Amino acid sequence: MLTKLNVNQAVATVDVSPDMPLLWVLRDVLNIKGPKFGCGIGLCGACTVLIGGQAVRSCLTKVSTVGTYPVTTIEGLSPDGRHPVQVAWEAIDVPQCGYCQAGQIMSAVALLEHTPHPTDAEIDTAMSGNLCRCGTYTRIRQAIHQASQDSASASKS
Amino acid sequence: MPMNRRSFLQLTALAGGGLALSLYRSPLARAQGPEKPPELTPQAFIRITPDGAVTIMARASESGQGMRNMLPMLIAEELDVDWKDVHVEQADLNEKVYGRQFSGGSANTPMGWEPMRRVGAAGRQLLISAAAQTWAVPAAECTTESCRVTHAASGRSASYGEFAAKAAALPAPDLATVKLKDPKDYRIVGHSQRGVDTPAIVTGKPLFGIDVSLPGMLYASIEKAPVFAGKVKSANIDEIKGLPGVRHVLVIDGGITPAAYTPWEPGMEPGIAIVADSWWQAQEARKQLKVNWDLGPAARQSSEAFRTKAAELLKTPPENTVRRYGDVDAALKSSAKVVEATYQYPFIAHVTLEPQGATAHWKDGKLEMWSTSTLPADGCKLVAKTLGIKEDDITTHMVRSGGSFGRRLQNDYLVEAAWIAKRVDAPVKLLWSREDDIGHDPFRPGGTVGLKGGLDAQGKITAWRHHFVTYGDGKHATSGGGMGQDSYPAGFPPAYALYTSMQPLMLRTGALRAPGDNAYCWVAQSFLDELAYAAGRDPLEFQLDLLSNKQMPWSSGEHDAVGDHEPTGQSVLIPERYKGVLELVAEKSGWAKRIKTPGRGMGVAAWFCHLGYFAEVADVSVDDQNRITVHQVWAAGDVGSQIINPNAAESMAQGGIMEGMGHMAQEITLEDGQIQQSNFHNHPLMRMRQVPKIEVYWRKTDYAPTGLGEPTLPPTLPAVGNAIFAATGKRIRTLPLQRSGFSWA
Repeated sequence: MLTKLNVNQAVATVDVSPDMPLLWVLRDVLNIKGPKFGCGIGLCGACTVLIGGQAVRSCLTKVSTVGTYPVTTIEGLSPDGRHPVQVAWEAIDVPQCGYCQAGQIMSAVALLEHTPHPTDAEIDTAMSGNLCRCGTYTRIRQAIHQASQDSASASKS
Repeated sequence: MPMNRRSFLQLTALAGGGLALSLYRSPLARAQGPEKPPELTPQAFIRITPDGAVTIMARASESGQGMRNMLPMLIAEELDVDWKDVHVEQADLNEKVYGRQFSGGSANTPMGWEPMRRVGAAGRQLLISAAAQTWAVPAAECTTESCRVTHAASGRSASYGEFAAKAAALPAPDLATVKLKDPKDYRIVGHSQRGVDTPAIVTGKPLFGIDVSLPGMLYASIEKAPVFAGKVKSANIDEIKGLPGVRHVLVIDGGITPAAYTPWEPGMEPGIAIVADSWWQAQEARKQLKVNWDLGPAARQSSEAFRTKAAELLKTPPENTVRRYGDVDAALKSSAKVVEATYQYPFIAHVTLEPQGATAHWKDGKLEMWSTSTLPADGCKLVAKTLGIKEDDITTHMVRSGGSFGRRLQNDYLVEAAWIAKRVDAPVKLLWSREDDIGHDPFRPGGTVGLKGGLDAQGKITAWRHHFVTYGDGKHATSGGGMGQDSYPAGFPPAYALYTSMQPLMLRTGALRAPGDNAYCWVAQSFLDELAYAAGRDPLEFQLDLLSNKQMPWSSGEHDAVGDHEPTGQSVLIPERYKGVLELVAEKSGWAKRIKTPGRGMGVAAWFCHLGYFAEVADVSVDDQNRITVHQVWAAGDVGSQIINPNAAESMAQGGIMEGMGHMAQEITLEDGQIQQSNFHNHPLMRMRQVPKIEVYWRKTDYAPTGLGEPTLPPTLPAVGNAIFAATGKRIRTLPLQRSGFSWA
């Protein structure tokens, strides 16, 4: 079945089963490898993308349910990789293996979109659906706070 | 990037790569290659182009431990270039050129510290010689900095790039005597360098095994029996062949005969491989499979039967004596106080966040593989043997993986991908689902330890006796299920005995981060805490006192340890280093002035393994429903004279602590031979809201630097367990926590 998607501000038409999860359409049909497969049942958050600005587990999202909502993957966060969250992640050198980090970053972006200055408790709530097997949580928290500050100072200037 | 031979620094016949390698007597290392390591050459590792661009090869696989930084940083330091100008390139598997390409046992630091620096220094010396000849000045008057050679007296200075070709034609310096920098002059080593792949990770670039993509590639998924090594009797294969996207359905007979002792890499597990146009289609087709399995003898195994058998074995005389000195039974008899306890810990799975998988392409009699293995040479050998092809006909590309933790030391998924590729006229990417990954992991084996400890009237340890019930055929413990005969506190109590007994296990097992130590440290350090409380003494002071006893001779190499426990025997436990980290963590955590209130407490533990010393203190509270919050962990580590990449080192320590906490609530159980856990809901990892504040401190000592992948982990479990005791008076002797009536908040 032909399905039209709006991914990273471009229109993509894919010919796949309507049941195919968005994750696999992104990864194996559109060759967008940022979203990762970790559990397949929405427990780890490695596949997190934004759909209409909300952090969504793409492994559980059937492609036919996406509709016209814009899909943003980590590749579409910024044209130059300089989204404040990416900048903070890089500055603090958050990753170890790095496999969960695209999902972590997308969840953090969604958090900061709605809560520009999150408390630790708000970070706990927003980020506890994203697993990091390496245990880089301390740095993830630090990077979210830093991105929050950087965004604030950028918007003031 | 095409290789331009003229742009290589040519150097031959360099020796000196072997010292650390031959000392590290890992069974893994023994199993995988020639005893004599190859001669390393700068040409293999360093490429400088005429425009001065520097490329350094990373020889070891990267799964998040920072190997793509650490080893190239050592070369870059002595080559005297700026790290920001270095491009790191991942080497393919070629141990004849690069030496051991093995990431395990926290061994890359001790294995690479000397040879990698010498490779860099030899490269620098060649460039100086070339410059000196060109300028007709004495080499001794030339200096280097930031990829430039300078001759101050004549006011000349030029980029390395100008001399790269000339340097290639010069005779080789002796790697063993080449001059190394004074550590105080380090500009790269000892300074935090961001992960070389971090920019690519935060922008979602395809870096990982799962991201490999080749033209015309097909995708494979394998259905295996719910019981280890169960064989396919029959299946609806023709029906599956007709499903959307399915190209091939292949029955894997496998090569495992279940037996009481399951060795490392026991062979291919049987199953049915479905190869399709997309992995999702392969998975969908799998759901329609109807397989009639011959489950075999492993179907009779259960966790309950294991527990029952372990309890029986504990009551009977031990089968083996691993180490014994002093008359432990007489010492116990004459002790003022004897403490007895039984500790039990479960099987757990590795659960790397990237599930297992590999890509392989068989074409014109040659095999090309994209492998995330951390023991790729073993993988290549195993593939050659399984497929009946020559190792020389295999090319192995080493791809970054989404975590290993010991899992990718085994090459089962790689062999499967290669086996499928040989039967399919296209490149094939195999991917396991999370359920495959947990159901067919080489598990960390569980164990049961019965302990007796004696105390004299002054509260000093008189004797330590333990009977370790593990799995195996009576002579060989299953992989990852052993215990070192020198593991602390061996050597310190005046009388000591380590006995073992085994029960059969038909299950793939293996090394999990800090193998052996990740379980035994919890047992030993918890029981020491019990003895300290029984003696009415401060646990930290009690342990410092024990470490002041006369140490019995180290016994590594005299006994064949139980199974293939990763030996700690490269060097003997040095009490001063062990005490040093305990004292440092006591100071940083305010141990002496800790507040003791009901429901909140602090616990301490320390360990020596993989050549590193770590002491940790945990501050824990427990609510009225036995829910545990870890507020803070202080860690003090001694891994020698140099922390090579400080920011990464701190991160590695924090990660080890998080993993240690994670282990405390994980459990793999069997019923009718079937693994009962399947995904992160029943084999959980720690989550953001459960993360304590973690402080990491280093105690630098005058020993060669050693690795950090493993030694940070083991003390976390007993530090938290001992804190739970301090908070509640309840001793955790059974893991996971749930089986002791506790859970994470």
